[in-house]
Amino acid sequence: MINKELVVIGGGPAGLAAAIEAKKNGVNDILLIERDSRLGGILPQCIHNGFGLHVFKEELTGPEYADRFIKELEDLDIEVLLDTMVIELTENKQITAVNRQNGLMQIQAGAVILAMGCRERTRGAINIPGFRPAGIFTAGTAQRFVNIEGYLPGKEIVILGSGDIGLIMARRFTLEGAKVKCVAEIMPYSNGLTRNIVQCLEDFDIPLLLSHTVVYIHGKDRVEGVTIAQVDENLKPIPSTEKYYSCDTLLLSVGLIPENELSKMANIKIHNVTSGPVVNQRMETSVPGIFACGNVVHVHDLVDFVTMEARLAGRGAVDYLKDKLPSSDRISVSAGPGISYVVPHLVDAEKILDKKQNFFMRSTKPMEKARLFIESDKDLIGTKVLQHVRPSEMINIEIKKEDLINKDIKTLRFFLQEEGVADGK
Amino acid sequence: MEDIVIIGAGVVGCSIARELSRYDLKITVVEKEEDVACGTSKANSAIIHAGFDAAPGTWKAKLNVKGNKLFPALCEELDVPFVMNGSLVVAVSEEEEKALEELLERGRINGVEHLRIIGKDELHDLEPNLSPNARAALDAPTGGLVCPYELTIALAENANQNGVKFWLNAPVVDIEVLEDKSFLVKTPKGTIQAKYIVNAAGLFADEISKMAGAEEYTITPRKGEYLIFDKQFGNLVKKAIFPTPTKISKGILVCPTVDGNVFIGPNSNNIEDKYDTSVGNPGIEEIIAGGRKLVPNLPLKNVITSFAGLRAVSNTNDFIIEASKKVKGFINVGGIQSPGLTSAPAIALMVKDILQEEGLSLKEKSNFIPHRPKKVRFRELDNEERSRLIKENPAYGHVICRCETVTEAEIVDAIRRPVGARSIDAVKRRTRAGMGRCQGGFCSPRVLEILQRELGIDPLEVTKKGPGSNVLVGRIKEFLQDEGGDNNDK
Repeated sequence: MINKELVVIGGGPAGLAAAIEAKKNGVNDILLIERDSRLGGILPQCIHNGFGLHVFKEELTGPEYADRFIKELEDLDIEVLLDTMVIELTENKQITAVNRQNGLMQIQAGAVILAMGCRERTRGAINIPGFRPAGIFTAGTAQRFVNIEGYLPGKEIVILGSGDIGLIMARRFTLEGAKVKCVAEIMPYSNGLTRNIVQCLEDFDIPLLLSHTVVYIHGKDRVEGVTIAQVDENLKPIPSTEKYYSCDTLLLSVGLIPENELSKMANIKIHNVTSGPVVNQRMETSVPGIFACGNVVHVHDLVDFVTMEARLAGRGAVDYLKDKLPSSDRISVSAGPGISYVVPHLVDAEKILDKKQNFFMRSTKPMEKARLFIESDKDLIGTKVLQHVRPSEMINIEIKKEDLINKDIKTLRFFLQEEGVADGK
Repeated sequence: MEDIVIIGAGVVGCSIARELSRYDLKITVVEKEEDVACGTSKANSAIIHAGFDAAPGTWKAKLNVKGNKLFPALCEELDVPFVMNGSLVVAVSEEEEKALEELLERGRINGVEHLRIIGKDELHDLEPNLSPNARAALDAPTGGLVCPYELTIALAENANQNGVKFWLNAPVVDIEVLEDKSFLVKTPKGTIQAKYIVNAAGLFADEISKMAGAEEYTITPRKGEYLIFDKQFGNLVKKAIFPTPTKISKGILVCPTVDGNVFIGPNSNNIEDKYDTSVGNPGIEEIIAGGRKLVPNLPLKNVITSFAGLRAVSNTNDFIIEASKKVKGFINVGGIQSPGLTSAPAIALMVKDILQEEGLSLKEKSNFIPHRPKKVRFRELDNEERSRLIKENPAYGHVICRCETVTEAEIVDAIRRPVGARSIDAVKRRTRAGMGRCQGGFCSPRVLEILQRELGIDPLEVTKKGPGSNVLVGRIKEFLQDEGGDNNDK
């Protein structure tokens, strides 16, 4: 058994920032475990720009954003195991991992930070009828083939779902000389960032078909085409709206799912909306000493927010390792009307690490203008007017520690009320 | 000249090949697809039936019961996972409850052991997720589960070790009967001369029989669609749960797999196209409705994939296993629909006897190898064994498929084994890489890389499932190379 003060599982943006933050705050004995042969998680294949606007106040590409953290990690001399898969995690913070060089390792950690990220939803998860030919890829897999391996998975492409990776790949494929026929989105609004709709579709005249979905996949060996139909308000295809699109590739960008196999093994409580661990103000899960951050907790829109959250988890782990005192998790946070979820789910106001606490949430539907209410079981804490609210864009709210402390608050609830058209439009 | 050509490398063809490989014979199996187990054998309910369902006196009934008894030893010998978890036929009405009695009686006539009818309380204790309407069930403890493609692959591997040759991607395009009564079996890969033909061509057995000038019959594809759930819901049911059967079909089941998933399906629709394994919307709704009758709370948000299989239904509605009276030396093994998987080992023995009656002399080999090469399933091992394996071969330390915990060493082995994998789906069937909840999203680029490396081919040549199903269509910036760059590597 190897002993480590802190083990970080996952070397993507969340794991990197969490490990760095923990080291900077005084934990020396850290091990970061990454299953791929390089650090950075999904970032090395995200060669487009738009990363870092919040954290670095400049626009970086994915590899550049990752590189800043990888360099810092190296400078801080944090131990890393690449090509290493964690296959078991227990409640007692015992980790089993395997790789070629070290074989099977059993590690006892003082604290663990989960940063395994998320995976893409597949065709099975959305049940598209038709055959099962080659040429159906999730957007991220296609992105890896193009940007890392240097291969083109197809030349005539239809994209289902308007998630950000799908939108980015629409542009990427177009730049590689492939023809992207359309993006079909089952919802009446896009699931991607507005900037990606503009820069990746509109700038290249790629049609975005809202309230449309793929109802059939044609082709036995390789995709030959798809049938797309309009859907009604219950998301059911409307007969007679079917249209055939010939293509050799169907790209799926239909959502991301936090990857919590290890969390479940450790009996960590999983939230039914986010599909990620229930966490408190310092990103600690229901198992004391096991922390989580980034897309393993909830799917983020911007990597900058992942970094912020991961830093919190890093400091949370430091805090835990100092005194091993559990958080009291006194305040229970919930999502009211108009909000699908709020992270963190629990707060121990005394143990808030800064002078303020960030709350990340998503709206249930697009609203041009809305008022966010923050309500405790004692009183209304505050309201805030929000413009251009989109389910695809996270809402980040700061509440001062002093507003949560000394009031004996037991619950905190966030809800949104639509307030008509946006200002200045 | 070959002694025997077996046409079709499904579970029936491979069972026969493996059985006959005990004897001193020259045998070739020809298969039109790129791998064994690519037709009905890869997409079915994977149940080893107890044998109460088929009408007494039919081949289906006789061979089912006999095959069922052969399974435990066969799977043990070939290292194929098999569990005898039992089947339940559930009644939800008074009428159905009566029908259970008939089924029990039929089972007794067929020679099925340990059948009994259980009441509501016992039923719900056994299967707490069943519908409250479930009022009684026929309990058949000898029902079991096997992975049908794993079994077929194991049979093929072992047959191959014992000298049986496999021609894949070799559709039979013509059969000629020569003057000496031997056959010329023609495929695009070449022609084979043989003394006997065993026609185990599944959905296409009618066409092969006609091609040889033997008896005419028809095979109708009867489609069944399935939905399969994430392993986290593997405890939804413990036994294969059947509804009370109708005349046409055993009905839509809720059933575990030997690998720890649960599926619902199949429905049952006659179609025309023998290649139509598409899954459709009315079908999905039909199996959901059918499954819900047995288990109301299905985890429909956790479907990992859907698939369809085609049963090969003959116009006699029974198995057709006989020597042709018109063409000497031609043996039909057609119409092997359910319970074909269960019957396969018994069919193999029956075909051996028929061949002997037809004049084939059988001399047992002294060097017959009963076991296939050892297969490692890393996910099932304890940590001590895992540790030892990685020390022996570091490639066991490289996990390629994270959902099913499949290592690089297992994938390399799947490619190098007898009748080895040549495509991504063939690797999947041998190792389960890509069969988990992410459905290959993570591992397929890595499997592709291992395949091209091991086979010494260009990544562009790697297919999902044989010719025409290439995964990649080109290199990026190919247009730059076209314009005369001198770093062309093609």
